[in-house]
Parts: sequence; structure tokens; C-alpha cells
Amino acid sequence: MKILVAISNVPDTTTKIQFTEGDSKFNSQGVTFVINPYDEWYALVRALELKEANVAEKVTLIHVGLPDSEATIRKGLSLGADDAVRVNAEGPDAFFVAEQIANYAKTNNYEMILVGKETINYNGSSVGAIVAGLMDLPFISLATKLDLTGNKTTAEYDLDGGVQIVECDLPVVISCAKGMAEPRIPNMRGIMAARTKPLAVIEGNGAASLTTVKSYALNPGRTTCKMLTEDNMDELVNLLHTEAKVI
Amino acid sequence: MSVLVYTEVAKGRVKKSSLECVNYAANIAKQMGTSVTAVVNNAEAAHIDELGKAGANKVLTVKNDKLNSDSLLITALVEQAAKAEGSKVVIFAFDITGKAAAPRLSAKLKAGLVAGAIDIPVINGNTFEVKKNVFSGKANATYVIHSDIKIISLLPNSFPVQLSGGSATVSDLTADLPSSRITVKETRLNSSGGMTPLAEAELVVSAGRGLKGPENWKIVEDLASSLGATTACSRPVADMHWRPHHEHVGQTGIAIRPNLYIAIGISGAIQHLAGVNGSKTIVVINNDKEAPFFKSADYGIVGDAFSILPKLTEAIKKFKAHQN
Ligand SMILES: Cc1cc2nc3c(=O)[nH]c(=O)nc-3n(C[C@H](O)[C@H](O)[C@H](O)COP(=O)(O)OP(=O)(O)OC[C@H]3O[C@@H](n4cnc5c(N)ncnc54)[C@H](O)[C@@H]3O)c2cc1C
Ligand SMILES: Nc1ncnc2c1ncn2[C@@H]1O[C@H](COP(=O)(O)O)[C@@H](O)[C@H]1O
Repeated sequence: MKILVAISNVPDTTTKIQFTEGDSKFNSQGVTFVINPYDEWYALVRALELKEANVAEKVTLIHVGLPDSEATIRKGLSLGADDAVRVNAEGPDAFFVAEQIANYAKTNNYEMILVGKETINYNGSSVGAIVAGLMDLPFISLATKLDLTGNKTTAEYDLDGGVQIVECDLPVVISCAKGMAEPRIPNMRGIMAARTKPLAVIEGNGAASLTTVKSYALNPGRTTCKMLTEDNMDELVNLLHTEAKVI
Repeated sequence: MSVLVYTEVAKGRVKKSSLECVNYAANIAKQMGTSVTAVVNNAEAAHIDELGKAGANKVLTVKNDKLNSDSLLITALVEQAAKAEGSKVVIFAFDITGKAAAPRLSAKLKAGLVAGAIDIPVINGNTFEVKKNVFSGKANATYVIHSDIKIISLLPNSFPVQLSGGSATVSDLTADLPSSRITVKETRLNSSGGMTPLAEAELVVSAGRGLKGPENWKIVEDLASSLGATTACSRPVADMHWRPHHEHVGQTGIAIRPNLYIAIGISGAIQHLAGVNGSKTIVVINNDKEAPFFKSADYGIVGDAFSILPKLTEAIKKFKAHQN
């Protein structure tokens, strides 16, 4: 039983977002990149726990991106993944990324493919379900708990106003959200070991891009904050009613 | 050629996010000179009425209790409906269903998808330009969809729903659905006390570590109930189990965009803001005048939440009493 964990390389959550080339590209100058938090904290850590519990044998990382994301992949290996593959291509959209992941997974027999809930840069929540669609596999979306016994996986996810527990036979694609595992920090041994773990590089297949980004714009921040005092709550209520028109 | 929309009925009514999608589809259909077809599961006459008022010209109904628990089935259903209607544009809500079904349909139809659209598309011949939020709400991007068939999932609460006097024709949709590969073992509903689910709520009262402990949430709940608002919390509050984790908003929790977000004893960390800065109006209550959240607020009160909240709750009750 092998698990494939898809990791994305994203700007650190505190990054000041800027664009370049006429607002058509993200300006990565001086930006620190990290593993997408959902991919690292939930998908990868849970995969490692399943391996430690001897229900999974191997955890492989897959990343679709250019050589500059190698540090991110090594970080994933230092946390305990066995090996990694990088598809050397930069995708214009989720479909492209998903197609690369599906192509690799199809020929390498992974029984479980884990992705994060969403990337914190494109916020698409799309790649996992597209992989499942391309491979004709069942998809469990936004799981907050994940278990495995034999050939069956059990997962839990939030509904609007509740939770649902489901069961599904392998192989399966699952997107992972908060609750599934606790974040870990790599130890020295892990960091040393990561340097020599296998990282294969394969070429992308140049799938058609169905969407492209034309331009970016920063969302306008709030310019002024009206300050009130606590003895003036009637005034606040009045402003919310007459000025903001929200109550 | 009609614009196809997947809609849902929950708790006895058409979901607000579904009505928003029908409105949105009606706008696109008008630009394209075509009509709107809505697909709905387990609907009654009143729901079909409502879909008509929101802008659907035709409603295709199905009855299938397995549909909602497996996106495989929804995808197959919508795929067949799109084929029957000759639809080139398919709309979902960017919610639990839309996040699983829209991308899967995109894989099936090799159709470009914009997930989480915030605006009406600009149509240029055979391409659509659609805006969506990126970088967790800090920016937006204009995507161009190049494919022949286009799929858009709409971010909930991005549009006010406008109902008209319209009505829709109804027919049954006979679809050949695959068997479900996912078995539901258990469904547990939260004891939300009848509050609107966070993702749909227009009014949200949220509190953070500044409240000091779970025993102090009564004043937060009182404020929320005076407004008819849904309660939320910051991440450490959920992590410490002061509040259930489904109340956690922000980058790693739920992203919301209500009309009003009241943040109490929350510092305004960038990861928290990522999930709430799409709110129309933000009120911040914090005893530290340097709290970063004030930079992202419309109204601010510097002071102790424990003395402010009861006063604010009183003021709201007074206002509500006057209104009636
Ligand atoms: C990758 C990543 C993802 C994250 N995702 C999220 C997320 O999704 N959501 C989230 O919320 N956080 C998230 N965080 C954590 C975030 O960085 C902050 O640590 C967190 O939001 C702080 O929560 P808080 O504001 O409740 O607590 P604090 O930062 O401790 O702030 C408490 C505030 O209460 C005020 N206060 C204290 N006493 C009173 C009083 N009596 N009256 C009024 N005000 C008072 C204080 O002045 C302070 O501003 C994430 C962090 C990382 C690294
Ligand atoms: N370039 C990438 N390489 C590998 N996995 C990715 C990549 N982009 C996205 N993913 C995976 O897909 C998930 C959802 O991404 P998205 O659809 O962009 O929100 C992420 O959490 C990752 O697990």
C-alpha cells in the first residue's frame, strides 16, 4: 500500500503580495516559499502516521514545478517521506497540474493520493477532484479525519452544520483539511537523511491549458477605521444601520 | 445552449448560495441571449417557484438520496444534463458540493474551470474573463477560460440575491448514474441552535484569545443572538477546544464574507484576516489600540470586551425593539 502526497510550493503566509510585468505575474523577488500548509500539516503528516502505524508501506511526494522548488521538496523528505518526484513543468492552471499528477499516478500504482484542501496562493480546491476525475477514482473532499484498515479507508468531513463519516475502497483521492493531524517539525536526523533520499525529475506532458491568468490586482484594503468609545454603542448601531447598511 | 446551474435544497429551502448561482447564470444567459436551466435534487413545488423567481427558465428535477454524498454521481448527473441541454456554461456554488463536483466535471469535459468566482464574466467571443480571489483574499486575478465548455463556481455571498416575478417550467431528468463508491456510515449534526451555517451567514460575531476562556462565551453568544448572527472564533480558540473547530475562521479554517463581521479580542493576524477580509463591514473590539486588526476595520472600539459587549448587546436590543 503506497501513498502519493501532492505538495505545492507557495509563498509563506506572511508574504507581502506584489505583482510584476504589468501586473501579469506574481513578484517572487525576496519571497520565502514553503510547502503549502495543508499539504504539509495534514496530508503529509497523516500519510507518515499511517506508515508509522504499519498500514502504509511507502510515502512518495509529487510536486509539479521548476527546479527552484527543490528546497520545499527536501523539507517534505526531511519530515519523513521516502522519496519524491518532481514533474519539471510550470502549470498555468489546476487542470495542468492535475494531469501531470494523474499521469504519474496511473503508471505507478498508488492506492491513495492525498492533496491539501487548497493552495494558499490560488485557492482553487480543484486539483484533487480533477485528478480523481481523470483517473476515474472516488474522491473524498475536505477530510478532517482519515483512517485505513486493509483495503478500506474511513474519513470524516464537515457538512454545513455537522459532520459525516464515510467509507470507501482503495484506490482513492482525498483532500485534507485541519483536524487530520498535528503539524511536525523535522529533526536533525530527518534533515540529514533528506539530502540523500531519491528525488526523481520527470518531464511534463505539455497538456493544453484551459485557463490562463490575464492580470492580478491587489484587493483594496480598508482606508479609514472610525473609532468609537464604549459609551457610544447607540452610535455604533446607528452607523451600522444607516451608514454601513448591514443591520 | 442554456446556461446550466446545479442547485441544492437543504433544511426545507433552496440554499441561498444556489439562488445566487441562478441569479448569476441569468446574468450570463442574458449576455449570451439564452436561457437558464437549473438542476435540483429532491425539490418540491415551492422550491421550483423560488428557482423561477431567481431567474431559472427551466428546472430539471431528480430524486436520489445518494446524490449528495458522492460527487461522482453529481458530476455524472450534471454532465448528462449539460449534454441534453447543449449547455456550454455550467455554474456551481463554490461550496462543499461545488468544490468536489465542478473540478471533476472539468476533468470529464476538458472544460476550463474558475473556482470561486467573485464577479460576472466578461464575454469576448468564445472566451470568458472571470475574476476570483487569490492569495487568500489579498488579491484577485482575472482568469481567461479558453475551452469550448466553461465551468464557473461562484463564491457564496458575492452577490445579493434578487428575486423577480419569473417562473420556470419543470421536467424530470432521467439520468443514468453510476453506483456510488462512497458509503455514508454516520451523519452527526452540530447543535448549532438553529444558527445559519457560517459559510452562508450574513452576520457573524467572532471572538479570540482575548476572551480568556470558554466560560466567558456567554457575552459573545448574547451579542450574536441579539443580532441573529452566527458565532465564529480564531484558530487558537478552536485549537484549545474553547469552541468547536467548525467555528474556526481564517486561512486554515473557513473563509467567510458576511455583511457584518464583529471581531472581539482577536489580534488580526494575517492568517486570520485571510479568511474574513472579504466581509463587507468589519467592527473590531480590542483593548490594545495597536492591535493590527484596526488597520483592517471599518469601525473600532478600544476597550475591554467584558464591559463593551453587554453595552453593545443592549444597544442592539434597543434598536431592534424600535424597529418593530
Ligand atoms: C500557516 C498559519 C495558518 C493560520 N491560520 C489561522 C486561521 O485560519 N485562523 C486564525 O484565526 N489564525 C490562524 N493562524 C494563527 C494566527 O497567526 C494567530 O496566531 C491567531 O489568529 C491569533 O488568535 P487571536 O487573535 O485569537 O489571539 P491573540 O493573537 O492572542 O490575540 C488576542 C487579542 O485579544 C486582545 N485582548 C486581550 N484581552 C482583551 C479584552 N479583555 N478585551 C478586548 N480585547 C482583548 C489582545 O489585545 C489581542 O489583540 C495561522 C497561523 C499560521 C502560521
Ligand atoms: N504544483 C503542484 N504540485 C503538486 N501538487 C499540487 C500543485 N498545486 C496544487 N497541488 C495539490 O493540490 C491541492 C489543491 O490545490 P488547488 O486546487 O490549487 O487549491 C494542493 O493542496 C496540493 O496538494
